[in-house]
Amino acid sequence: MIRLEHMQKTFSNNRVTTTAVKDVSLEINKGEIFGIIGFSGAGKSTLVRCINLLERPTSGSVYFQDTDLTKLSDKALREYRRHIGMIFQQFNLLAQRTVIDNITFPLEVAGVSKTKARERARELLKIVELSDKENSYPAQLSGGQKQRVAIARALATEPEVLLCDEATSALDPITTKAILALLKEINKTLGVTIIVITHEMKVVEQICDRVAVMNQGVVEEQASVQDFFLNPKSETGKKLVRSTESSQASVPKEPYIRLVFDGQASSEPVLADLILNSGERLNILGANTEDIGGSAYGQMLIERPSEAAMEKIRMYLHKQNINFEEVEVTRGE
Amino acid sequence: MSSQITNILITGIGETFYMVIVSTIIAYIIGIPLGVIVFITDTNGICRNRVVNVITGFIINVVRSIPFLILLVAILPFTRLVVGTTIGSTATIVPLVVAAAPFVARMVESSLKEVDPGVIEASKAFGASTWQIITKVLLPEAKPSLLVGGTIAFATILGYSAMAGFVGGGGLGAIAVNYGYYRYQSDVMLITVALLIIIVQVFQEVGIRVVNKIDKRIR
Repeated sequence: MIRLEHMQKTFSNNRVTTTAVKDVSLEINKGEIFGIIGFSGAGKSTLVRCINLLERPTSGSVYFQDTDLTKLSDKALREYRRHIGMIFQQFNLLAQRTVIDNITFPLEVAGVSKTKARERARELLKIVELSDKENSYPAQLSGGQKQRVAIARALATEPEVLLCDEATSALDPITTKAILALLKEINKTLGVTIIVITHEMKVVEQICDRVAVMNQGVVEEQASVQDFFLNPKSETGKKLVRSTESSQASVPKEPYIRLVFDGQASSEPVLADLILNSGERLNILGANTEDIGGSAYGQMLIERPSEAAMEKIRMYLHKQNINFEEVEVTRGE
Repeated sequence: MSSQITNILITGIGETFYMVIVSTIIAYIIGIPLGVIVFITDTNGICRNRVVNVITGFIINVVRSIPFLILLVAILPFTRLVVGTTIGSTATIVPLVVAAAPFVARMVESSLKEVDPGVIEASKAFGASTWQIITKVLLPEAKPSLLVGGTIAFATILGYSAMAGFVGGGGLGAIAVNYGYYRYQSDVMLITVALLIIIVQVFQEVGIRVVNKIDKRIR
């Protein structure tokens, strides 16, 4: 769907040259939700802007369905941008336009007739569940509602790809969850390929199929979300996975087991079963699980019991298909 | 006060409105494109062009640096060329436009700078061309701010128009000069000043009300 080949982006002003994206090659498959995660300043936002050429890569190619976007004329590029929707952290809605006129904007720009554009906008308002806000102005909406309007606007031209630049970073946890659920639904029902830029592990956890870790302009690793959570390979990846551990409690000093819940099971019976199975009183060191639509996401840290109990636990977890990691000592910073 | 003076004042008000409104409109017809050009060709603009940006900026600054009274006299030949005369209200419009257009251009530029860069970026991402961004995003989004600028420009041009009274321009300024200054009739002078204050107040107030009505950023 989208293929980046040896893409590089450098900014230079007043003799200071900074490389925001260094030799990045990525392939994003049709229909998947692909996450790009990294700490602030890792170059994620620049990378995503290079995909629709809001920033022109200094070198390298950006293929969209086998068309190299970097080789297109301005006019052709504008046409292609209609195939790539985008939403932003700050929503970026037109403040002086109503909700429906915001959604019709990309169609208006594409020369679609007003009646047709409005018809399409109303369909989209239904999808994002904001039909009653058609004539409101952005200032009258909450953050979550604004992002829904932005999503509707981004989908107006029926794009094949949706770029999300920190789309939930300005939202509270509950709204974040709802917006992520909406994105997932759009991915499923409309088959839109989604690329998510984020610094939050919970976003990757909740909706992504695959993830790339970025640090200082370099993609340090790429993996399925499951593999990444279980076994992050890069330093940044480890830090990110662990940041969700340390946010709940201090990182344990004792050896511990890290259970990863990826929506396959519910967390509560698992723990009860573990205790019953191992016959030992297990100590929870920290947990960060969330119940999303009846499935558990997140991870739980449990104090490592005796080796005999450990054997039983391993067997149980394997049987239940729950990913886990045994951590010997604190891998502190 | 004699009815003669009253008539003179009424004519004066009419002339002042004529000069100021026509000048403001023409100044905006010239100033908006100039302001847009300066804004979009800037380093972070949507249509970066250093040469155009520097030249336009330079012209604007040069004209803006010339004190109005001097500009008024300096361009008399140009005024005669355009309207065929150098006295009266119509003749005053020419220097008023020349002086106000660069001022308006800077006001327009600063209004456009208030438009959220994220919104401009989003428009680009949705495939809008430079022209579409100007007409569908920049100007509509900046509309409230542009209107506030308009009331300021109006008051400034009104002030300039009074100065034109010294060199044969018409309107309230000319009355204040001719009666108040040359004939020591300070009552007439005071009345014209009061009238000018009222006009500015009314325009400001109306302007602000309109802005509050059309600005959708306010809940």
